[in-house]
Parts: sequence; C-alpha cells; structure tokens
Amino acid sequence: MELWYTENHSKDVQFSMKVDRQLYSGKSHFQRIDVLETPEFGRVLTLDGFIMVTEKDEFIYHDMIVHVPMAVNPDIRRVLLIGAGDGGAVRELVRYPGIEQIDMVEIDQMVVDVCKSYLPKVASGFGDPRLHLHFEDGLRYVRFQENRYDLIIVDSTDPFGPGEGLFTKEFYGNCYKALTEKGILVNQHESPFYAQDAQAMQRAHSRIRAFFPVSRVYQAHIPTYPSGHWLFGFASKGLDPVKDLQAQRWNSLGLYTRYYNTELHQGAFALPTYVKELLEQVQREG
Amino acid sequence: MERNQREAPIMEALNRLREARIVPFDVPGHKRGRGNKELTEFLGQQCLSVDVNSMKMLDNLCHPVSVIARAERLAADAFHAKHAFFMVNGTTSAVQSMVMAACKRGEKIIMPRNVHRSAINALILSGATPVYVNPGVDQRLGIPLGMSVNDVVKAMDENPDAKAVLVNNPTYYGICSNLREIVRLAHDRGMLVLADEAHGTHFYFGENMPVSAMDAGADMASVSMHKSGGSLTQSSFLLVNNQVSPGYVRQIINLTQTTSGSYLLMSSLDISRRNLALHGKSIFRTVCDMAQYTREEINRIGGYYAYSRELVNGDDIFDFDITKLSVYTLDIGLAGIEVYDILRDEFDIQIEFGDIGNILAYISVGDRRLDLERLCSALSEIKRRFSKDRTGMFDHEYINPQVRMTPQQAFYGEKRSLPIRESTGQVCSEFVMCYPPGIPILAPGEYITQEILDYILYAKEKGCFMTGTEDPTIEHINVLA
Repeated sequence: MELWYTENHSKDVQFSMKVDRQLYSGKSHFQRIDVLETPEFGRVLTLDGFIMVTEKDEFIYHDMIVHVPMAVNPDIRRVLLIGAGDGGAVRELVRYPGIEQIDMVEIDQMVVDVCKSYLPKVASGFGDPRLHLHFEDGLRYVRFQENRYDLIIVDSTDPFGPGEGLFTKEFYGNCYKALTEKGILVNQHESPFYAQDAQAMQRAHSRIRAFFPVSRVYQAHIPTYPSGHWLFGFASKGLDPVKDLQAQRWNSLGLYTRYYNTELHQGAFALPTYVKELLEQVQREG
Repeated sequence: MERNQREAPIMEALNRLREARIVPFDVPGHKRGRGNKELTEFLGQQCLSVDVNSMKMLDNLCHPVSVIARAERLAADAFHAKHAFFMVNGTTSAVQSMVMAACKRGEKIIMPRNVHRSAINALILSGATPVYVNPGVDQRLGIPLGMSVNDVVKAMDENPDAKAVLVNNPTYYGICSNLREIVRLAHDRGMLVLADEAHGTHFYFGENMPVSAMDAGADMASVSMHKSGGSLTQSSFLLVNNQVSPGYVRQIINLTQTTSGSYLLMSSLDISRRNLALHGKSIFRTVCDMAQYTREEINRIGGYYAYSRELVNGDDIFDFDITKLSVYTLDIGLAGIEVYDILRDEFDIQIEFGDIGNILAYISVGDRRLDLERLCSALSEIKRRFSKDRTGMFDHEYINPQVRMTPQQAFYGEKRSLPIRESTGQVCSEFVMCYPPGIPILAPGEYITQEILDYILYAKEKGCFMTGTEDPTIEHINVLA
C-alpha cells in the first residue's frame, strides 16, 4: 500500500510526499490538525491540510525568523511571539541568555499540545521559565500592549483562515504601538512566486511600510513551502537590518546554526529582480 | 406552537416544481436562467431556477390559498400573531400598510418623532395627521430615546379621537419604550398599537430580550426579517393580532404591493422563519455573547463608550436590546460618521451607520470571532492615530420639531425652492435626513429653524449621506409658498 500526502501549492500545482503513517488527526475549535510520519521529511505538522513544519526543513524557517533580528540587536530583552505554536521559534529564542521574557500568544492551544506530544524535537523550548504562554487571538493581545517589546515575531499561518487578522493594518499599527523605540517586527511574509501568495505578500508589505520607517524583505529557501522560495519581513523604528548587523557580537555568542550565518544574513536581503519589482510596485502605489 | 415548524411550505413547493420539470411558457422570460447566461453565471443556476412566477402549485401572494397561506400560518404561530403577511417590498411597505390600515384621511395617529421615514411617508399617502410625542434625549449621548409613558398619556388625553399609537420597538440604537403599558393605555381608549419592529425580529426568539409587540398585546407589527432574522434583503413580515381584520389589511397591502411577488424573497422568509423557530434561542444567545464581548473590549480601549442595559431608567429607556452594538465616539474628538468613514477607508470594515455622536456595528450569527477582534483593534488604532480635541463638536441628534401642518398638506402644497442656507423661518415641504438611519431631521410641514439648519449643515460637512430633498445635492430645499 502506498499512502501519499498532497498539498495544492496553487490551483494547478501539487506537492506530494509519501507517508508511512498518520500519527495524529484532530479538530480544534479553529482548524484541523494532523501529524504525519514521512520517510523523506520525518514528522510533518499540517493545519487545515497545509504543511506548517517538517522535521527535515523546519530549521531553515526558525533560524531565519529568530536569528536575523537577534543579530541586528543582540540587546533584545523582551520578545512577543505571535503564533509559533509548534515551538520552533521558542527553541531558538531560549538559546539567548540576554532575553529576559518571551510572551507567546497562540490562538490554538491544541496545536501546542499536539506538537509537545508528536514533535518533541521542535517543541523542546516550552519548559523555559522565561516563556509565558497566552492562548488567545494575537490581534487581541497586542491591542493592549504599549512600548513593551523589543522584538515582535509573527509566525503565523497564511492570511486565509484563523491567521487572517495578523495581516491587517490594525494589527501592524498595534504592533508599532507595542514596540519600544529600538523595536523590530519580523513576520512570515508569504512567497513571491505564485500569484495568490505574491498578492498576499504585496498587501502585507504595503501595510507594514505605512507604519515603519524601515521596512525590508529577506528570503530563504524552504523546500516544503509553496515554490520553496519564502520571504520574511523585517520592519523597525530605526535599525537597518544590514547596516546595523552586529556580526561580531552575534558570532561571539557561539551559537551553532545549521542554516543561518552572518554572511548569509547580508545576502538574504539581496533580492531577485522580480521580487524587487513586486515590492517597488507596492512602493509606487503608496 | 401547534403547527410543525420544521415545515417550509414555499421551499418545499419550489423543490417540487423543480422536480416536476414543468415546461415554462410563462414569465419570467429568463426561463430558469437559460435565457440569460451572464446573470445565471453571476447569481447561480440554483437561484435562477426558483425565480418563478405565481402558478397553481406555488400559490399567489396577493390572494394566498395554498402554500403561501400555509407558510403565513406557520409564521403567525412562530411570532405568536393571529396572522402574518409575507412582505416583499421591505419593512417600509409593512409600516405603510400598518398605518394605512389603522388611519384614514384626517384621522390622528400618535407617534414618536424619531420614526423611520416610511411612517411619515405613510401619512403623506393616507392623509392621516401625526400627533408627535417628543422622545426623550440622553443628555450625554445626545441620542433620541423611547417615549415616556407620561408623554404618551398626555398625547392621548389631548387627542382622545386618535386612532392609533405607533411605537419603535426598539429604536435604531436599541432603545425600547414601555410597550405593555402603552398597549394597556391605548386599548383602554380604543386606540390601536402599531409597532415598528424593523430592528426587533430577535425579540420573538431570543431569551432575556425586551418584550415583542405581539407578546405585549400590540395590534400590528412590522418585522424586518432580513435584519436579525437572516432572510434576503427586502423581505419582511407584517404581523396582525387582536381584532384587526386580516382581510382588510390584505386589501391595504394590495393597494401598493407588486402582483409579481418574488419567490426568492418569499422562500427566504419561509426558510428563515423555520430556522429561527427551531434554532433561534441558541442563535441569539451567540449573538448576545458576541455583542457583549465586543462591547467590553471596546470599553477597555478607553475613549469610546459602548453602552448597554446600564442606561435603562424605567421610562424613556424602558429596556435595551443588548444585541445592538452602539458606541459613543465624541470623547475621542471624532463624529460617529467620521469613525464610520475611517473604518471603511482605512481598515476595510463596513459598519451599519455613523451619525453625529455614535456608530452602530451590526452583530449577527454570521460574524466570526476574528472579525470582532478586527473591529476592536481598528477602533483602538483610530483612537491612537486620529483622535482629536473634542471642543466644537455638535453633541446631539434630536431637535424638537415645530409642526405647522400635516405631512400630506405640506408635501402636496404650493411650494417654491430656496437655497437651504436662506430657508430659516419657512415651512418645509419635503424631508431632510441622513441615511442611514433614515430618521427625518425635517419632515414635510415642519418649521425650519436656525438650529435645525446648523445641524443639517454640520452633518453634511462631516460627511453624512444626506437625502430626502428634490435637489439631490441638498443645496436647495422646497418650502411652502
């Protein structure tokens, strides 16, 4: 018997992987949650049928969403993590001794519970005493925060479904308010490749740059995400992600990372021409 | 309820029609959509296939004897009424039929001045004379309230020949008058009680709601099923109770009603009535919870006041409909209409209305939790980014009118057009109102004062959508010659 998992990457493109067995399937108040065991990617978490993390390539995503802002401002003390229920971003954050507090706001407690049980390698940071878990809508949480966080990481699902509110103007405006003067906002920024993802990417960029004086985009190669070409947003009240990179300080922390390094950091902000054009289009349209 | 509320006779008849594969050599000419491919593609085959005309198996709205009659009886049971009429031209037509059934030319009807335009329009059509009861006005919020029982008694005593009393149950803002007491007083004097329940469908099905007109013993009620009841836009019920003759009301309805009643609208009424009869309690429990949650969240932001039952004072705020999410905005230095515009232009959020001091967001079972969060966060952002000093803000919605003649006399009287800024001291012969909510600032027959003029100009300047005058730009106004 051959069992295959398939995700539509666009209306006309599919991505499939062979499955050994299904380890978990459940339905929370917000979404369907599945964990698959696969020969190529190890364990795989899907939400509403879309791949969120796989054991084989999750290090890329989590390195890039955490270490890029941390290398620009190694003095970050307070972090707000929105989404990130799989625990991968927490695992990377708790490696920094300078971080004093991590507030993680995840709407769906069941995702955290399932990841703790079935993805222990990813969900290994949940025991850290600096971590405070809040199970509520990120949009609601950030509404009441002011001048409180040095870093906000938005590790969300796509802007269709429970994560919708995390791509809105009201959310980014509230994030701006919640950040300190040296604050940085990093977010999962969709992909520039397929039309629907590219549109979501442009909309997010247009909304973020309306609030933040610095608004840049960087990229990584993530094999299991649609097209494999994925973007992150870096927005700040002043810090520039390349000019203000503190490579020496970051390297002196001695953190081993399989994907991230400080040369790649600078290169990640060098974008392909077609992506630059998509972003310039947003800037022209104001 | 005696009859089986699981039935939906109109929907069932339409399904039978579809299965019978009747060959249509009758109107409508799109013939189940085949004759208009673009329309069918846009609205869907399912929808076009039941856009059909009256025929034997579907009954006739003007004179129901079979499936429509059965559906009307089921609706009457669900709403505790003696009879229910399916209305396909909105609650406007229900209000007009109700007023015209109660009062003939020259007869008096007692009503609050903050009625919907449809009620005063009915007076233009019928020639009945309004006796206005000024609603109370909340000093802080500036909004018109319900009618005080004492004021109603005074109007009744001064006009013992009045035929009827019309009551908003509730107002646009969710405020109810003491309907049971008004019914008792009116019936003692042989007057009918008519209720405009455009915003009160859920009173019939939810728990812990203000009393519904039929349960309070009122004689007729106009119910906007398409608002909180979930049916298609433009579909409503006219409910009849007590001694009112359904046959006579039917004749009045047929004076102005189409003879080609839409089966899309009628089936939507039928299906929605079934849904509310079977699931209304839980539906409106959810709506109340969502409205209450959102109200608390908005009040947590500060600067806004999302009000509720704490306003209740036993008189002109006898009860409050907690499904209404009305928010007072003047303390952040923005008119309601400005917040309404910013929500749409900046945040892609469309709310029901904004007036001078308030906004109203309509909450229903169709709302998602995440959308409520978006609304709250957008309001929080509006306060952060747009709030201003509130000095110089106009702070009330209601100005007591000075009535000089009946709406019909004024509307059909000899008139001339004047620039609106020069119209002080004249008697108006047409309406001026903001839409929504469609409550007239000036109605035909009323004296134009400087205060009213200032209000109109202010509302225009703040971006309210003004309507009612013959001049679409509201630069000129018709006054009596």
